[in-house]
Amino acid sequence: MIDVINLEKQFGENKVLNGINVTIEKGDIMVVIGPSGSGKSTFLRCLNCMEDPTGGQIIFNGVDIADPKVDINIHRRHMGMVFQHFNLFNNKTVLQNIMLAPVYVQCQDLRRAKRQNFFLPFTNLFRKEKREKAAIATTAAKITAQARENALSLLRRIGMEDKANVYPSTLSGGQKQRIAIVRSLAMNPDVILFDEPTSALDPEMVGEVLDLMKALAAEGMTMVIVTHEMGFAREVANKVLFIDEGQILESGTPEEFFGNPKNPRLRDFLSKVL
Amino acid sequence: MGNLSQKIDKFIESFIDYNGYVKVVEGLKNTLLIAVLGLVIGIVIGTLIATVRVIPKYKRLPKVLNGICSFYVALFRGTPMVVQLLVVYYVLLPILDVHFTGLQVSILVFGLNSGAYISEIMRGGILSVDPGQMEGGRAVGLSFGTAMRKIVIPQAVKNILPTMGNEFITLIKETSVVSFVGAADLYVAFNYIGSSSYEFMVPYLVMAMIYIALVLIISLGIKLMERSLGKSDRRH
Ligand SMILES: Nc1ncnc2c1ncn2[C@@H]1O[C@H](COP(=O)(O)OP(=O)(O)OP(=O)(O)O)[C@@H](O)[C@H]1O
Ligand SMILES: [Mg+2]
Repeated sequence: MIDVINLEKQFGENKVLNGINVTIEKGDIMVVIGPSGSGKSTFLRCLNCMEDPTGGQIIFNGVDIADPKVDINIHRRHMGMVFQHFNLFNNKTVLQNIMLAPVYVQCQDLRRAKRQNFFLPFTNLFRKEKREKAAIATTAAKITAQARENALSLLRRIGMEDKANVYPSTLSGGQKQRIAIVRSLAMNPDVILFDEPTSALDPEMVGEVLDLMKALAAEGMTMVIVTHEMGFAREVANKVLFIDEGQILESGTPEEFFGNPKNPRLRDFLSKVL
Repeated sequence: MGNLSQKIDKFIESFIDYNGYVKVVEGLKNTLLIAVLGLVIGIVIGTLIATVRVIPKYKRLPKVLNGICSFYVALFRGTPMVVQLLVVYYVLLPILDVHFTGLQVSILVFGLNSGAYISEIMRGGILSVDPGQMEGGRAVGLSFGTAMRKIVIPQAVKNILPTMGNEFITLIKETSVVSFVGAADLYVAFNYIGSSSYEFMVPYLVMAMIYIALVLIISLGIKLMERSLGKSDRRH
């Protein structure tokens, strides 16, 4: 689903990623670990071009999204992202946080289709093969109603319907992160990227977030997760990567990875964190 | 103090009998019109400029736009409002051979001028919003502009509302120079009352009180608005 080919990223003179090659298949739960400053976040943020790669390719569903000419916004709809600090929209209620993007992008598509239909008689003058008007079955009201229905059912799923109309500032960290996960689910993404989703949480809230992530994993969601939760990596991941100094030094199934680590630096790292 | 009551009588006479109140209402209307429309135009221009100035700049176009915006801001902040009014009214319009009334020119210049100041206020406001808000928006597939409009700018506006209120108050006060290009504001009205009764003390005193009242009302309005916008701030 995602083919990362020779990915490089440089901040000024500082080379952070030195040729990363990895393939993420549909249904993969890939956990990325490594020491602080090794480039884990940068790698993850390059996958959806939150940071523009300075070299290499990221083939997502057949398109090289590292190419600056592609419209990245269209591809990001299919890649959720969950941040360490949640990044919920502070000026929107929980429900609005979840509904905003789905409603906005669908309404945008609707407007575009209407506009194209409107100009069709004119643009057809210049076409050899005349086109038919696109059938538009939906309306903005229908889109909104559906998004609301969907958002509410997502909230029910995490037992937070009662929080639909409050602002994020009134929630606990664990609640915020679960809302952030649900917000990215609302776009029906093909893959979700997690950057240390539990690192900013009080210990007693880590469990509720990890449980939700496990539930997603069990449903077959494709996930790439940067985390320091080794227990989670062992239990849920099917691939683990060790990144240091911008390179993948070791990768494998959790059994090989934790049971029989080969790279000396990985062994050193594991001895410190386990 | 018999003198003063005489003066008050005179003022009331010319205020009512010589249609002074019509002028005052007209002047008040123009003063508010210039300040309000100036603020609205200023907010639009200021927000656009501020947005341009916070776009990441590795491409050519944002750099060029940014240069233009910096020049604009420097130009309007570097010259007095009266000079801008005079230059537009007596230099620019004749050269371009277009005819605007003094009122229209005043609204235009107030808008352009406050746009420069508001852009700086707005830029500060945008930079005060956690960058994670933009990232959150981009990550769900919104464009830079959409994330700016729906998420960052609303929060920036909330942060800068008090400063924006001060800008509005500044505009109200600065309207007292528009008579330079022949717009009839409060000053013109009270000046008219003064000259028709040969008595300026009371008219100017009343004028001062009207300005103070306007400023107080606006300050109160801002307070109320801040309170109602505070909803999303903290637990309640
Ligand atoms: N926007 C940026 N500008 C300049 N340098 C950056 C930027 N983002 C990251 N870096 C640098 O890139 C290197 C890798 O950072 P990155 O955040 O990817 O590490 P990390 O593995 O996620 O570390 P941590 O575990 O602390 O989150 C660091 O040296 C950091 O200083
Ligand atoms: Mg990181």
